[in-house]
Amino acid sequence: MKIEEFLTHTSEWLKGTGPSANIVMSSRIRLARNLAKAPFPSRSTKKDLETTLTQVEKALGHIPFLKGAAFFRMNELDQVDRQLLVERHLMSHEHASNPDGKGLLVSVEEIVSIMINEEDHLRIQVMLSGLNLTKSWDIINTIDDTLSKEIDFAFLEDWGYLTSCPTNTGTAMRGSVMMHLPALVMTKQINKVLAAISKLSFASRGFYGEGTQASGNFYQISNQVSLGHSELDIIQNINGLIRQVIEQEEQARQALLLQNRPMLEDKICRCWGLLKTARIISSQEAIELFSMVRLGIDTGILKDVSHKAVNELFIMIQPAHLQKIEAKKLNAFERDTKRAAVIRQKLVPRLD
Amino acid sequence: MQCDICGKKKATVHLTEIVDEQMSEMHLCEECARQKSVQMEQQFGLADLLAGLSQAAPTTKETKEGALKCAGCGLNYEDFRKFGRLGCSQCYVSFSEHLAGLLRKIHGSNRHLGKAPYAFKAQVPAAVGTSAALLPSDNLEDLKKQLHGAIAAEDFEKAATLRDKIRALENS
Ligand SMILES: [Zn+2]
Ligand SMILES: [Zn+2]
Repeated sequence: MKIEEFLTHTSEWLKGTGPSANIVMSSRIRLARNLAKAPFPSRSTKKDLETTLTQVEKALGHIPFLKGAAFFRMNELDQVDRQLLVERHLMSHEHASNPDGKGLLVSVEEIVSIMINEEDHLRIQVMLSGLNLTKSWDIINTIDDTLSKEIDFAFLEDWGYLTSCPTNTGTAMRGSVMMHLPALVMTKQINKVLAAISKLSFASRGFYGEGTQASGNFYQISNQVSLGHSELDIIQNINGLIRQVIEQEEQARQALLLQNRPMLEDKICRCWGLLKTARIISSQEAIELFSMVRLGIDTGILKDVSHKAVNELFIMIQPAHLQKIEAKKLNAFERDTKRAAVIRQKLVPRLD
Repeated sequence: MQCDICGKKKATVHLTEIVDEQMSEMHLCEECARQKSVQMEQQFGLADLLAGLSQAAPTTKETKEGALKCAGCGLNYEDFRKFGRLGCSQCYVSFSEHLAGLLRKIHGSNRHLGKAPYAFKAQVPAAVGTSAALLPSDNLEDLKKQLHGAIAAEDFEKAATLRDKIRALENS
């Protein structure tokens, strides 16, 4: 598969389907696994890394679910190509910045991605749209079981899967859910909610759009603890927490509509107008406007646009994507111009 | 507005961080924010926990710890404490005494209750230090620990191999 092909594909997790897709953008499960008999990547030689990469690539070829997947060796891709894979949430920034000895597998529809030789030998990720952790777990569990027949994983009965960082030891599982919480932000309740989440040993972080820029009212919520609970227990806990946050966001949206519907309509329609007409736009501004448009769709205020279109734009307006679309390097000003053009093209029905 | 961390570049990222139920605002440049987010994901309070461990350790043990080394990959325990990353599966055996406490501090438990690899399900349960599935160790102490474990698990074939290894090491 060529990197360019990603530009014409929509990842499954962006499709805006699945349970509670109006508030939950996507769900992700990540498992860390290490080979028992090779030093972890940080203490591996170049040759060790190469051996691991070859062995894992071969084993991955035998997994039915991964049929048709693309495999990339990081040092065979240029910097913009690697950045594009980061922007699509298929791999970490760290994986792109030190490419030697590293690999990435991407399944059809970008549901599964596997980083090889990042902090751990394998970082397996499954991502689906909506609140879909259980389904994600089913997929990742099957892949992991099949892999463990071919690869001897580092594991101890007492401590579970052994990882480079002890914060991941045990299940080595991280489940995370990307939530869109504009009404909790607008009604100034978000800090209260985030504080409650952190008390329950869950972490919350902003959504990083362009490289790292925060905001857009997106929050990623994930478990912190990986030892002492089974995978399904952890998932159940996250689901319970997420359902409560969904309910609070829904109540806040109702309150906003009841208290001052004309104000909300005005704000959302102005944002919609800006997006469709702007000629120069930063990613920060675009993300904030997308957030309002999403809220407009959910509340029925905007009818001519879908979640899928807005979700796709989140990914497409990032620097590497814009440069791939334009097929050349763009400076910051050129990107802001191209970004506005890409948004208009997507949102304004063409007259011709 | 300038970045709170480096004080040099323009702050474009605005984070709300919650530590000990105290909320604080941070204004960061892109680069520092990226590093911060990696830290938040991977090293959630780990540096503090590790620092806490070193304070708790008695001074006599301190010198012994300084020399503690992984038999598999050669990582110094001191370096693990500095960087928070282990070097190989055998590190978990070599540093098992220290890790037991650390894992409990991080996770509130040091007992795995999740799934196991396919091959493992059919096997006799192994205690820490007895898994044959790790990076091989030629450290005498580790081998002795593994021998005890193997005997406890009634894996006599493995115990015999370990006994021979220990003899060979003791005679060399
Ligand atoms: Zn900075
Ligand atoms: Zn080691």
